[in-house]
Amino acid sequence: MLLSKIQEFKFDELPLESGEVLSPVTLAYETYGKLNSDKSNAILICHALSGDSHIAGKYSDSDKKTGWWDSVIGPEKAIDTDKYFVICANIIGGCRGSTGPSSINPKTNKPYALDFPMITITDMVNAQKKLIDHFGIPKLLSVIGGSMGGMLVLEWAVSYPEMVKSVIPVATTSRLSAQGIAFNEVGRRAIMADPNFKNGNYYDSSPPSDGLAIARMIGHITYLSDEAMHAKFGRQLKGEKKFQTKFGVDFQVESYLQHQGLSFTQRFDANSYLYITKAIDIFDLGESYGGLKEAFQRSRGIKFLVISFTSDWLFPAYQSWDMVKALKANSIPVSYRNIESSAGHDAFLLDDPQLKDILEGFLANA
Amino acid sequence: MPENFKPDYNKIIDWVVAGSRVLDVGCGDGKLLNRLRSEKNIIGVGVDKDPANLDNCIGKGLSVIQIDLDIERRLKDFPDKTFDYVVLNDTLQALEHPLDVLLEMLRLGKKVIVGFPNFAHIVSRSYLFFKGKMPMSKTLPYEWYDTPNIHFMTIKDFNNLCKKRGIRIIKKTYFTETFKEVPSIFANLFASEAVYLIEK
Repeated sequence: MLLSKIQEFKFDELPLESGEVLSPVTLAYETYGKLNSDKSNAILICHALSGDSHIAGKYSDSDKKTGWWDSVIGPEKAIDTDKYFVICANIIGGCRGSTGPSSINPKTNKPYALDFPMITITDMVNAQKKLIDHFGIPKLLSVIGGSMGGMLVLEWAVSYPEMVKSVIPVATTSRLSAQGIAFNEVGRRAIMADPNFKNGNYYDSSPPSDGLAIARMIGHITYLSDEAMHAKFGRQLKGEKKFQTKFGVDFQVESYLQHQGLSFTQRFDANSYLYITKAIDIFDLGESYGGLKEAFQRSRGIKFLVISFTSDWLFPAYQSWDMVKALKANSIPVSYRNIESSAGHDAFLLDDPQLKDILEGFLANA
Repeated sequence: MPENFKPDYNKIIDWVVAGSRVLDVGCGDGKLLNRLRSEKNIIGVGVDKDPANLDNCIGKGLSVIQIDLDIERRLKDFPDKTFDYVVLNDTLQALEHPLDVLLEMLRLGKKVIVGFPNFAHIVSRSYLFFKGKMPMSKTLPYEWYDTPNIHFMTIKDFNNLCKKRGIRIIKKTYFTETFKEVPSIFANLFASEAVYLIEK
């Protein structure tokens, strides 16, 4: 069994896009495999909204769950930890060990809560860059990530092109659609409408779990597809018959969403959810360069593999195609695969043999 | 394309100037692109609709883009003359709108290399004449109902199309099934395969 442990990298300060400075900063990260002597086999994985540094294996043999991309990463897997040195760090603003709104604000000795500065995808990447520098890695063999992780991947390719040999943005976009922003906003409103929210100052009382659970339930709907929901739940009942309780859980799909919502509140901080979804909404890779094509001018020399999934309506395939177009306009070598799947946005996290083949084949030539 | 039919790539590779940008439309498993890359040091891009083909290409380190030319007009998103060469080898006759795609390729590429099976080949003609059935051969091994080739044409047809559409034929070459070259004058009768270098 592949075992990993969370490590911490601390540094003094991180200047943010907002003009504020985050200080001090902790990044929680995990590594897998061994860095070779010329430091040329390092792959950085960027996690999605609710992900963390635990990409593969377990912390101990008795753990029930493996890391979130265990199907893809590990010894002799598509991202082979016998060959590659694989790194994943929890993003800043998160709540899985890296500095975020639930961390202690040195000025007040209390959790930051909403005093935490606004952070962006660029800020998250700038923090990761410090970690890569700390390892003394001059050039990452690849940066790979799905969903929000894909946004970080794209930002790496534009912010630090000289440090990246190849990138694989998966099920992602250079800017979220209005529909995506809309869903995130409903999630945030659910959190803020929870009486326990108390303007973010809930760390010494009950957290806004109902609001966060609703936000997660909405999220999960957007991660699936009509077809996937039909296949997974259909109109299956939870109990023997309908209306067992007034407005209780009748259908399996309701039970699933409630379970997802509740279990999320046990591992995720509501304030982090606010900050991270806002960072996702604000992200627009091309904006500060005058367009996506102009932004990718900076990425010449990097090899791209863009992957989308046919049933993903949260990060639809046309958004991936927009990236391919802009890359091609810069004569950047890019491969594009639109993988047939009924699983919706979630497809990138599932054990998909095509995805694994593509990743393995691409990395062998990266 | 049929597994037992290996088109002679040598001519195509001959024609392509070293270091060019090449788009291979219907690139299959990437054999041609791979050879062009190693023998002519080209910067290549493949287009195909078949996932297995695409993944095979990615495994060879080739850049490939998934497009189903029959339903997606995505190549229109690339600017005029993006490529020095566009290769359409054994693809045209399998498309729903071959003329649209051909014209699009002439826009995308400075030059276009088109390879196609010649349906006026003596074997096909006599097969139809004597047997009264749709021809099947080494190059065309399919039954009429399961053939991917839905727009059969002859060398004469293609020449006429070029004339009609103002497409300039720079070079052409004709082959028998065993890859022996056939002189132009006999080509429509004795060539099973034609390869053209054209521009517009």
